[in-house]
Order: sequence, then C-alpha cells, then structure tokens
Amino acid sequence: MSGEVAAEIMTTHVLDLAKKGHRLDGRALDEMRAVRIVPGYVASADGSALAQIGQTKVLCGVKVEVGKPFPDTPNAGVLTTNAELVPLSSPLFEPGPPTVEAIETSRVVDRAIRAADAVDLAGLCITPEEKVWVCYVDCHVLDHSGNLIDAAMLAASAALSKTIVPSKKFEVGEDRPLGPKHVPIETTFVRLGDSIVVDPTREEEVACQGRLTIATDEAGNVVAMQKGKVGAFSPQDVMELTDRAFAHGDRLRDLIRKL
Amino acid sequence: MGSIGAKDVPQLLDANGRRIDGRGLEDLRPLRIEAGPLAQADGSAFVEWGDNKVMAAVYGPREVHPRHLQQATKAVVQCRYNMAAFSVDERKRPGLDRRSQEISKVIAEAFESVIFVEEFPRTSIDVYIEVLQANAGTRCAGVVAASVALADAGIPMVDLVPAVAVGKVAGTVVLDLKKEEDNYGEADMPMAMVPRSGRMVLLQMEGHMTRDELKRSLDLGVIGCKKIYEVQKRALRDRYAVAGPKEGEVASSEVPA
Repeated sequence: MSGEVAAEIMTTHVLDLAKKGHRLDGRALDEMRAVRIVPGYVASADGSALAQIGQTKVLCGVKVEVGKPFPDTPNAGVLTTNAELVPLSSPLFEPGPPTVEAIETSRVVDRAIRAADAVDLAGLCITPEEKVWVCYVDCHVLDHSGNLIDAAMLAASAALSKTIVPSKKFEVGEDRPLGPKHVPIETTFVRLGDSIVVDPTREEEVACQGRLTIATDEAGNVVAMQKGKVGAFSPQDVMELTDRAFAHGDRLRDLIRKL
Repeated sequence: MGSIGAKDVPQLLDANGRRIDGRGLEDLRPLRIEAGPLAQADGSAFVEWGDNKVMAAVYGPREVHPRHLQQATKAVVQCRYNMAAFSVDERKRPGLDRRSQEISKVIAEAFESVIFVEEFPRTSIDVYIEVLQANAGTRCAGVVAASVALADAGIPMVDLVPAVAVGKVAGTVVLDLKKEEDNYGEADMPMAMVPRSGRMVLLQMEGHMTRDELKRSLDLGVIGCKKIYEVQKRALRDRYAVAGPKEGEVASSEVPA
C-alpha cells in the first residue's frame, strides 16, 4: 500500500511539473535521454548491440541459422523477433510466461522491422521450398527505466546493421553482411496533461495519460504505430508527433550508420 | 509485404476506383448492430460487419478476479478478445495467442479511457469479445460491439466508441479494409475514437504511409467513425425504444450497404 501511495505522490508531482513545461530529470519536452550504442556486444551472436537510453538498457542478439521456409512463402527467409522482460531488469517483473507488456513490446518491434522491410527476406532464400535463412532477433531487457519499445527497437536495428550471415558455418558459401535494407526507428511519446513528451522514464510512464509509438524509416514513411495506456490523442496530435518522430528517427539512424 | 508473396496478388482497385467488392474508396461494408442479444450478460451486442460476425458481452462492475488486480480508487477494466477456432480459413488453435493478447490489452486501455472508473472502486468491468467469423477488421468490430454492450450494461462512459480500419491499397487510401485488401494492401491502420472529444483511444498501424497519406487516413477514419457512431446509437435506441422489445425479441439496427 505504501508503494501505491508513493506512486500516487510521484504521479501528481510529474503532472504538476509537466504543467509548467518541466520534467523530473530536467529535460525539455522534446528531448531524449542520452543514447549510447555498443555494437558487437556479444561475440556468440551473429550480430548484436547494447542500446542505452538514459538508464534503460536493452541487449539485442541476432542469430542466423539454416531452416525451412513457411509453406506460404517458399522463396523467403524467416524472421522472428522476441523481447524478454527478464526479472533482473525490474522489481516489477517476475519469472514466468511472458507478460502482456512483453508481448506488446515484442510485437511492436517486430511490426516495425517487418513493415519497414528492414531485412531482405527474399535475399535469405537458399534453395526455394527447402532451405532458407532463419533470422532470430532477440531483445533482452537488462534495466527497465522506461521506454522499452524504443530501446529494444534501437538495439535491434543496430544489431541487424552489424549482422553477418554465417554461410561458412553451414557450408553454403562465404560469410556476408546481412545488410539491412532499411533502418526502422521507433519514437515513443506520452501525454502528461496538456504536454506530450518524448522518451518517457518509468515514472512518466506510470503517470501518463496515453502513450503513442511511431516507427519511421529513412525514406520518409511511417511504418508502424501503437497507441497504448489509458488516454487519447487527437489526429492533430498524431500529425505533430509524426514530425517529431521523423526528427528523432533521422538522428538515431545517423548514429547507427556511424557505428 | 507483396515482394515475397508467392501467391498472385488480386487487382484491388479497378480503373474506375472501384474496390474488389465494388465499393468506392470511402464506403463502409454493410454494418448491422444488435443490442442486448444475450440473456446472462449484464450487457451485450452483436455486430455483423461485412463478413465479420462478432459478439461482445459485459459483466460488472463485479468482484475482481484475480483478487490482486483490485484497485482501491477505481474499477479495473479487463478485456478478452478471442477468435473462435472456426472463425478463419485454416483452423486456429483455440485460446489466446500473442496477437489476441496484444489486442485485448489495447482494447482494455481504450475502454478504460472512456469509462468513469472512479465510480466503482474495488470492482472489475469485464469485456468479452468473441470473433465468430473473421474477415479483416475484427478488433474494430470488437470495439464497436463492446462499446454498445457497455452502454447496454449501463456502465457510465464519456461516449460510445466507434472504430474502423483505414488502409492503403494499390497506392490509395481506403476506408474499412476487407480481407484481400488487408492481406495484399500496403498499410493497415485500425483506430477507435471518442466522437465527443475527437480523440483516438485506440490507434495501431502497420505498413507504409507517407506523412500526407497518414493525414488523409486519419481524416477518412474520422469520417468512418462518425457513420458507425450513428449506427451504434440507433442500435441502442431501437433496444430501449419506449415500448421496448417483447420477451425473447431482439432489436436490431441496420445501415444500408
């Protein structure tokens, strides 16, 4: 119960600050926390990256293996994205089957990767109907200090940009870069009263009145969206946030390109 | 999407801008809403929308199960969106898959955004959505049905919540996708709005849209939602008309195709 009361006080405080255009950590409303990406963090993966947004840390590892195609797409490789919210990353997470929050995170990241055509699935066909590359994108949340979706997406895009298809190991030719076709970036906003802030911390997520994630690609397309949490956005809000999402997305894509 | 499709892509838009089922770009599929068809539920609604058939029931406010979800200051809104095994072409394994769990979550959050939850502390308002026959847009049909069911149950809300999917097929933004358009189109954007505030409480999107296409889609979605809103209100009026339906009789409301 004391936890609930403390959370209530914090929420009131976060909303009061937002009314004056301030945030708990002193950021501007449209300012992201510091972003840091460490490519190649795990040697056992075919591609990996540790992404940090403020205190939030997500490690993404990509494994590429030879497998069978789905019967309805015999000429295409297979892509699977998963996000694990392991109990080490937050006092709120418990061991057990994936929570709906974990499922939502996985699916929103997966949707952006798929819709943006980040991975050239046609190029992952080895022998039609028999042998294709199966690409597993696994995001491991290490520290949940808010905005998991953006951190997982960033880690995944960075890891995919560094992934080498291990052809030699499976005796199907020379190793080659996976070479992502497109680089999707997701940008998440939350409403705090009349303000809408980017890159929410955990406290801001708890206090928020609606969350909107917008995924963009480098060609000027919106490729995925997800509204979550209790709250609402007007069409004008969505258009304004789309412009903000493109600005943040382009900056983060630059960061990945320079890795 | 499309690039790896092994199947032939059907022609989704003809030279005259007619869609695969003959509709224009801004036309909804025929929609019929029936309020209160179920006897046991506190509120219910049945929606037939194109080739979708969706039943929704509301129970509550009632005791919270599981108990630990109970909130001291407000009701919790729980939603279960479930597809029947026979609702799709290839039999679906019964039970909630990851897709259904995600949809259940966003729908619960959408309704918690409009229900006066502070009026019912320590209770649960349970929304059950069963998709009996699916042909694209089932989450929107579920929201439309559940919203009428909540009203039928007498749950105080800011407003009814109409919902519709907008999408892009053959490079053109269209309203209310049907299955072929969803499968072979370039984008799909389900949305649910609160007509009174003009704000959206559910919004998802997948595919490719430029900024201008997104703007057009949002505008078209608002137009669609307003039409659906009228059918929802009519369904409730029909159900609660002065005389009221006789025992065993159900009221229904139709929109002409």
